[in-house]
Amino acid sequence: MDADETIKISVRHLNFYYAGGHQALFDNSIDIPANRITAVIGPSGCGKSTHLRVYNRIFELYRGQRAEGEVRIDGKNILDRDIDVLELRRKVGMIFQKPTPFPMSVFDNVAYPMRLHFKLSKREIADRVEQALRGASLWDEVKDKLKKSGLALSGGQQQRLCIARAIAAEPEILLMDEPTSAVDPVATLKIEDLVLQLRDKFTVVIVTHNMQQASRISDYTAFFYKGEIVEFDKTETIFTNPSHKKTEEYITGRFG
Amino acid sequence: MREQLEKEVIRLKRMVSSLASAVETAVRQAVAAAAEPNSEMAAAVITRDDAIDRMEVTIEEECLKILALHQPVAGDLRYIITILKVNGELERIGDLAVNIARHTLGFAERRSGEPPEKIDFTEQVLLVRQMLKRALDALVSRNCLDANEVMRMDGEVDEINKQVIDRAMALIAKYPEHAASYVDAMFISRHLERIGDCTTNICEDVIYLELGKIVRHPRLESEP
Repeated sequence: MDADETIKISVRHLNFYYAGGHQALFDNSIDIPANRITAVIGPSGCGKSTHLRVYNRIFELYRGQRAEGEVRIDGKNILDRDIDVLELRRKVGMIFQKPTPFPMSVFDNVAYPMRLHFKLSKREIADRVEQALRGASLWDEVKDKLKKSGLALSGGQQQRLCIARAIAAEPEILLMDEPTSAVDPVATLKIEDLVLQLRDKFTVVIVTHNMQQASRISDYTAFFYKGEIVEFDKTETIFTNPSHKKTEEYITGRFG
Repeated sequence: MREQLEKEVIRLKRMVSSLASAVETAVRQAVAAAAEPNSEMAAAVITRDDAIDRMEVTIEEECLKILALHQPVAGDLRYIITILKVNGELERIGDLAVNIARHTLGFAERRSGEPPEKIDFTEQVLLVRQMLKRALDALVSRNCLDANEVMRMDGEVDEINKQVIDRAMALIAKYPEHAASYVDAMFISRHLERIGDCTTNICEDVIYLELGKIVRHPRLESEP
């Protein structure tokens, strides 16, 4: 890690178990730098998404899932019992593979987290909705259809709407779980450009199956295999001269 | 995708090995022609350089195609980049063989005849040809130790080049009427020395290929 970088998320000895005791993550330790884009790559079923889902404890919505170890965000272990989970999820936003707009207007989609987390006037909400939509590079496309249903937008627009909604909660960290796998190549590039802009304000962790995407947009890359973090390094190092044979084999398409 | 890339890399390897063998032949014949001197053989080296140039262009196009279509990473990427660079060095060695051949033609056409004392290139030629062969072997076997050894040999070639130049200067003073021949000899030695340099570059590329480290500037490495 460079001298001018600070650690936002520090994971130590993280183990994860699904219902029935099946272990999915093994002794994961990693330091995610602030205001950088960290890509998480690895073959299907290697634990990428599972790992990500620990950062905002969203796994707790499923019965019987359990995380052990430490996940410190700004020094505080978010696996501690005394954590305010609602506040944690405001601070750590999440974008999923398939766009998940709420069945309400474009405006209300973005206003939803503001009404949930902050006490704001109508005027302030309207201003912030515009800000968030601009931040998600969507404003120009939807400013005349704010009252239309979010579900009426195209797939790529829906995904950017979800990013706007995530930004509206004023998070510090954005987790993205394959955010472009359900959209076309043009929408993918728009979202990638957006992610690069988000880097200035947020710490971004992005799970991707698209190797080129990881190499195009991320500063750091973590390679997961069978629930373990095999290698974590600067993206340029991973893609030009990885240290581990398994990483090399995966990124050059020898398996996965 | 992977299978296709592998097929293309195998094709590329074959093309590089044809180029390498054409270049080795050019160097061997250029120095043999210089030793006799044999103007027919020297002229053949010059003529055949077009084929070397054509191969170089084809290999470069092939590398660019692989980069564009397969976007290789890690070891695959380093391999294609290495081939691109080695390709350029081999073509340059071909040009240096042509330069040697041109000086040999100069030798042969000169009316002043053979100079009374000849400059012997045997040791330098032997070293340079050995370096070239070993560098190409190191590329095929990806052997960094061999690559390092070849880079060490380059120092010896440089030293011999200096000695040849000193000796040629002394002979020019002694036989001024044969100055042109001795200047040709100096150039031949200089071209051999340059072939040694290109060979060293190939070895540096082999080290990059294997270790991902750029070792061209050792002084930069010692800096903090």
